[in-house]
Amino acid sequence: MISSSLRQPGLWLSLLLVAVIGAIPPLTQSATLRENMFTLLMFVAFASSLNIMLGYTGYVSFGHIVFFELGGYVGFYLLSAQKWPLAAAAAGGGLAAAALALLLGLSILRLRGAYFALATIGINEAMRAFINNFKPFGGPTGMSLNFAVYKQYGGPTQALWITYYSVLALTALVVLVSYLVKSSKFGLGLVSIREDEDAAMVMGVRAPCAKTWAFVISAIVPGMIGALFFFKNGNIEPGDAFRLHMSIEMIVMVMLGGQGTLLGPVLGAATYQQLRTYLLTSPIFKNLQLTFAGLSLLVIILFIPAGVVGWLRARLPRLRRVLE
Amino acid sequence: MLNQLLASLVDGLLIGFVYGVAAMGLTLIWGVMRVINLAHGPIIALAMFGIYFLFAGANLNPYLALALVAMAALLFGLVMYGIVVHRVINAPHLSTLLATFAVNMMIIGTGTAVFTTSPFNVDFDLGRLTLGPLTLPVTRLIAAGASVLVTAALYFFLYRTPPGKAIRAVANNRDAAELMGIPSSRVLALSFGLGTMLAGVAGGLIATFFPFTILSGGTYELKSFVISVLGGLGNPLGALVGGLVLGSLEGLIPVFLPVNWVPVIEFGLFVVILLVRPSGLFGARQ
Repeated sequence: MISSSLRQPGLWLSLLLVAVIGAIPPLTQSATLRENMFTLLMFVAFASSLNIMLGYTGYVSFGHIVFFELGGYVGFYLLSAQKWPLAAAAAGGGLAAAALALLLGLSILRLRGAYFALATIGINEAMRAFINNFKPFGGPTGMSLNFAVYKQYGGPTQALWITYYSVLALTALVVLVSYLVKSSKFGLGLVSIREDEDAAMVMGVRAPCAKTWAFVISAIVPGMIGALFFFKNGNIEPGDAFRLHMSIEMIVMVMLGGQGTLLGPVLGAATYQQLRTYLLTSPIFKNLQLTFAGLSLLVIILFIPAGVVGWLRARLPRLRRVLE
Repeated sequence: MLNQLLASLVDGLLIGFVYGVAAMGLTLIWGVMRVINLAHGPIIALAMFGIYFLFAGANLNPYLALALVAMAALLFGLVMYGIVVHRVINAPHLSTLLATFAVNMMIIGTGTAVFTTSPFNVDFDLGRLTLGPLTLPVTRLIAAGASVLVTAALYFFLYRTPPGKAIRAVANNRDAAELMGIPSSRVLALSFGLGTMLAGVAGGLIATFFPFTILSGGTYELKSFVISVLGGLGNPLGALVGGLVLGSLEGLIPVFLPVNWVPVIEFGLFVVILLVRPSGLFGARQ
């Protein structure tokens, strides 16, 4: 079954887009481009992860960035205090994020729709307050890596390239996983929860369980990327890690590209990130970044609720085979 | 020790009344149209800045300014309903949540650019009142009194006046209300406006005794969620009681724990209530 579903052109189009974006820095060998594409790929991975929850299941999570943060903290702790190698630390970060998602899912995913969204709003604040008071993670001052750590990866430059390729691989993995979820029976269950949760449960979908697994799947990769990101950064502190607006921008990216589609989040994240880079460098819009994000979100919700890819699919039936 | 506890408790209760008013705004909108207004916090913050500029710029008495701010918040709510909410009122929750959240982002984004995130302070003091072992700032006493008055006025409006009765009818059953000739769109807009007005009043009252930034609204929004859920989403009187509960908790926790644990405990309480009694301690008005 998997082999036949792997022949879908929609999947390859999305993966190709990721590969093209990912190939730019190695071809040009430019450090600036590498940093830009790192951020871009990171957001593609975030948006695609969130899409499993927001797009497939129809549950909005306002605190999704908390998985990136927690993964970052746990991974960083393993790297700096326990001297774990990077790959193991990243896996640890991903597991921690998944564990948090499982815990949250088991407790708050019994809640329907709006109640769940309310509960996710507070997660970020609560987590920040917790980390600020948690001594092993350095409390309010955070932690930093000894520069010598980079030596075992062949020096700082080489380490930066390693994190870049890891993020690229993880991004491709997220796209692949969200495709596999979408084309599976499990994914069909998620979509039916989105359309009508009561009907889905009557049809035998175990909604609380399915929602929890969707939440866990969408948490793992952001957690792993958190560990990689802060390894690259060299230090981690609460004010730096807990950036609520990133949660929001993730939602904007998914909605812009098209919720529930495979290509949508990739396209949405790439477009939004490029726009944001432009806005950050333009003197007029520099301070109005959030306003702009809000305005775009509002326009999308009010006028093209299906996002760009959804809109294209509705207008041009022929493209449906390609635009998954 | 006992005196300190008593002082903290009374402090918390007084501020709890104001929290109750803020939560009432949120809960009213949910009760009438099943929309969670995620722009609640920024509206509270805007009201704080409204008081600040009317007081510091135009030398207006803060309580006079409060009336103006309340009117402005009502107007803001009417306009926001018309532009943002009305189009998606029948869409799934996701749309209304994201639409009101978009307004939140626009206010916070613009507000941060204009006012920065440095704290502002309304320099207004009416002295202190000593009652036995307690010393209470008069501004807080007035705020608590004003909150009780606002609650009474809201109940009078909802139960004794024709538009208020129309709001309750629409909350009860929108289709049936329409069949009885109630213009439901206008009633929904009015309810939304009342909700934002309550947020504005709460923000204005808080501004008379606490310093604030453009981001302060977020804290009060979170408190409003906790309180609304505590009192039962959709139940205004429950919101006032929930406000008192949260206020007294907030007064008492810092006596025993560092003050930055307050949000963790509040959020924990919130999740526990959602899980154990989603209809709130006092039951939601259906």
